[in-house]
Amino acid sequence: MFSRVLAVSIMIVALSLVGLPALAADNCQTCHFEFEDEDGASHKFVRDIHGQKGLGCVDCHGGDPSLDDMDEVRREKDYRGVPSHLEVPRFCARCHSDAAYMHEYNPSLPTDQLEKYKTSVHGQRLFNNRDDKVANCISCHTVHEIGDAKMPHSSTHPVNLIATCGKCHSDADYMAGYGIGTGQVDDYVVSVHGVALLERNDLGAPACNDCHGNHGAAPPGVTSLSAVCGNCHAIEAGLFNTSPHEPAFAANDFPMCETCHSNHKILKPDDSMVGTHHEAVCAECHASDDGTRAFAIAGTISEALSRLVTAHGQAGEVLSEAIEKGMMTTDEEFRFKEVDQALIQARTMVHAFDADSVLSRTGPGILKADSVRVNSAALIDEYHFRRKGLGFATLFITILVVALYIKIRRIDRGLNE
Amino acid sequence: MAPIKSSRRGFLEVILGGGVLATLGAVVYPVIRYIIPPAAGEAKLSQLKLPFTRADIEADPKKAKYFKYGRNLGIIYLTEKNELRALAATCTHLDCTVQHRPDLGIIWCSCHNGRYDLDGNNISGPPPRPLERYAVKETDDVILVSRENA
Amino acid sequence: MPANGTDAKLGFYDRAYAWLNERFKIDALVEYMGDKKVPVHGHSAFYYFGGISLFLFIVQVITGILLLMYYRPGADTAYESVRFIVSNVQFGWLVRSIHSWSANLMILAVFIHMFTVYFTYAYRKPRELTWLTGIGLLGLSLMFGFSGYLLPWNELAFFATRVGTGMAGAIPVIGRDILVIMRGGEEVTGATIGRFFGLHVAILPGIFTVLLAAHLIFIQRQGMSEPLHWHDRAETDKKYQRFFPSFLLRDLLVWLIVLNVLAILAVLFPDGIGVVHWPLGTKADPFAPPPEVIRPEWYFMFAFQALKMLPAHVLFIEGELFGILVFTVGGVIWALVPFLDRKTGGQKARYYMAFGWLVLAFIIVMTVIGYVLE
Repeated sequence: MFSRVLAVSIMIVALSLVGLPALAADNCQTCHFEFEDEDGASHKFVRDIHGQKGLGCVDCHGGDPSLDDMDEVRREKDYRGVPSHLEVPRFCARCHSDAAYMHEYNPSLPTDQLEKYKTSVHGQRLFNNRDDKVANCISCHTVHEIGDAKMPHSSTHPVNLIATCGKCHSDADYMAGYGIGTGQVDDYVVSVHGVALLERNDLGAPACNDCHGNHGAAPPGVTSLSAVCGNCHAIEAGLFNTSPHEPAFAANDFPMCETCHSNHKILKPDDSMVGTHHEAVCAECHASDDGTRAFAIAGTISEALSRLVTAHGQAGEVLSEAIEKGMMTTDEEFRFKEVDQALIQARTMVHAFDADSVLSRTGPGILKADSVRVNSAALIDEYHFRRKGLGFATLFITILVVALYIKIRRIDRGLNE
Repeated sequence: MAPIKSSRRGFLEVILGGGVLATLGAVVYPVIRYIIPPAAGEAKLSQLKLPFTRADIEADPKKAKYFKYGRNLGIIYLTEKNELRALAATCTHLDCTVQHRPDLGIIWCSCHNGRYDLDGNNISGPPPRPLERYAVKETDDVILVSRENA
Repeated sequence: MPANGTDAKLGFYDRAYAWLNERFKIDALVEYMGDKKVPVHGHSAFYYFGGISLFLFIVQVITGILLLMYYRPGADTAYESVRFIVSNVQFGWLVRSIHSWSANLMILAVFIHMFTVYFTYAYRKPRELTWLTGIGLLGLSLMFGFSGYLLPWNELAFFATRVGTGMAGAIPVIGRDILVIMRGGEEVTGATIGRFFGLHVAILPGIFTVLLAAHLIFIQRQGMSEPLHWHDRAETDKKYQRFFPSFLLRDLLVWLIVLNVLAILAVLFPDGIGVVHWPLGTKADPFAPPPEVIRPEWYFMFAFQALKMLPAHVLFIEGELFGILVFTVGGVIWALVPFLDRKTGGQKARYYMAFGWLVLAFIIVMTVIGYVLE
């Protein structure tokens, strides 16, 4: 009895040392793990989401894992081996398009990846042109090291995705012949979105897939741009669509947001984009003699914005001096947030391309900013007043101390005499 | 010599007297200013009494009103079930002010289309965290708002 | 002074004095004080620290009363009302700042006063009761500090009070009950503010005033203690100054200087400076994680640090309990020293002197360790 218990215990310990993915019956994993190094498929597979969900080599590659001999394994009739580049999408889809099968592992995961892939530029070229350079599943998801996009180490996690796409799209030799340039990643990295995602780790900022789609990756068309950008920039899109620019852009085939903000290198918009000077975006199409009110409106908007920016800056400067001096600035800090909001709203209102809309935000904003400035200045005055008061009090007390000291000396002398 | 000495003594007495008065003034002046009641009357409680009534919120086209809570902005709104709820009104993404959208039944941030449900949970768009919830108490025509954990 | 002729020739002050003297026999008082003499020697400066402590206490009473006008105890109102005082009430920041600075300086002055009395053997007969009332006043001052610290109900105060009252829980048998009585419940809550507030503004001032009156009357009856080496000195070699007006006016002079120092500190550093600071900060939140460093006020640092450094068990008793025991025994010896050390010269007196230096060194070393090494 005892020896049997001991034997079972030893077995359990031994098994747990070998590790769960290499459970007794899976001879593929056991042998490959022994003969491959760290970069080998069997080693990577331990970290792979499929491995972690309990799947084995045979679930993708087929064959009988109980056999010891590799040649025998290859003779099994459902042995699928290693798929070619062109075969990969259907190889993965065998499970991933099977809703019933996927349900057993992750009911919330969609099963339409292959269908979407077929609509993507990658998929179209792969299937229609038999192009084996375009991305298939493993180009983005890796082989044997596939991870959930939510996991920070996954190649499809938003922060890593930029490099994943850039692997091909930034490689000029690789992309030669496709005619779409290779500067997208470099442009994106310095863009407002790239800085937010990669430097500030703001996962709310869009990565490549948020505009281009993931499995159905394609550049957004001219008409869909308002929906793509408008997904987050809803107010701007709404204002634009009711502005005089909408019909004009449509008639000229100008992509709406891109025309002024560009595409991958979307820099943080600057107020100098609006206006009548020659660097202004407005001036690219409009001139003072183009027969429309556009030039005048651009001038008014630009002037209103710069007045608010100046008032905001002055108020902020005075306020931070008051904060730095340790004054109680709670109320002014609160009001200054309202000025911030006014500035954000005024800049948003530019997309209506209508002077009154912008003025309706800059007017009250300037008034508030001025009051913050005046009140903060009063707090700074108070700070100086306190020091001046202290100075006077010190002066009075010092005079009194000196006079008292002289008096004491005299009294002492009087007493001694 | 005597007159000079006495005048010097007199001078010292004047300085002494003046010094005492000035020092007393320096002490008494702040005390008197301190005693004068400030404009705000008395300390505001952590429980904030809103300067408007339920009727004002109902009358608002967006069925919502903003209020100042310390150095933060709060929003109070009426749900479809005529229930009052209050949240911090500053979006957790990039500090824009959120608004109530009774048409969609959500709290909405217009800056990047961030959406929160009526409990302040972030449900879509860039916001990384829920909005802070405030407790609302209603008695007669008075609405009281306070932080939930304080 | 030559006597002047008629009343009409007298100035206003002389007439007022005459009016009062007729009723209260002030001449006798002045004569009594005029006879009193204060020894003048190398360490005379230390005679002023009792007076400084008294002055700072008076400042505490005045600023405390002013703060009472706007302060409202309670979990919902304490923090808000202090915030109101420093932001909305004119010169409220000054009153709070002076109250805090004066509190810290008063503790410092009291400590200096006590140690100089100890090291000059001034506690010996006939001043045993003066010493005892002084020890009582020190204890009350520390309780003032501890109870006042919580009243703003900010994060800093909340956690310091939780740790401080928690230490009382280590006392065997009755510790738990003491803790509950101190906190007004199992936890530090709004109920604790009520207790600490009552203690701080009513109970402690009441007892303090009585003890202080006794302390002052004793000093007035007995005069200043003369240094030891004067005992075998000829009367002609001893230098004195009159208590009234010479010493009293000098006292006044020192008070004025202290007042000025207070004003400068309060205006330039309204929230304190270095380890002596009291920023209002955020409101106490019992559910928030405690700040990384919870520090008691500097005058409790030596005890806090010593208790922290004790091993878990010393001689079969819990380390913390052992520490409290040692402090209690040390405190009792310290308080009863006038009854233990009576004879001048001899081996025993030297032991008590060594004990005094040991205590001072312990306090300084532990305080430094508490701030530097942690």
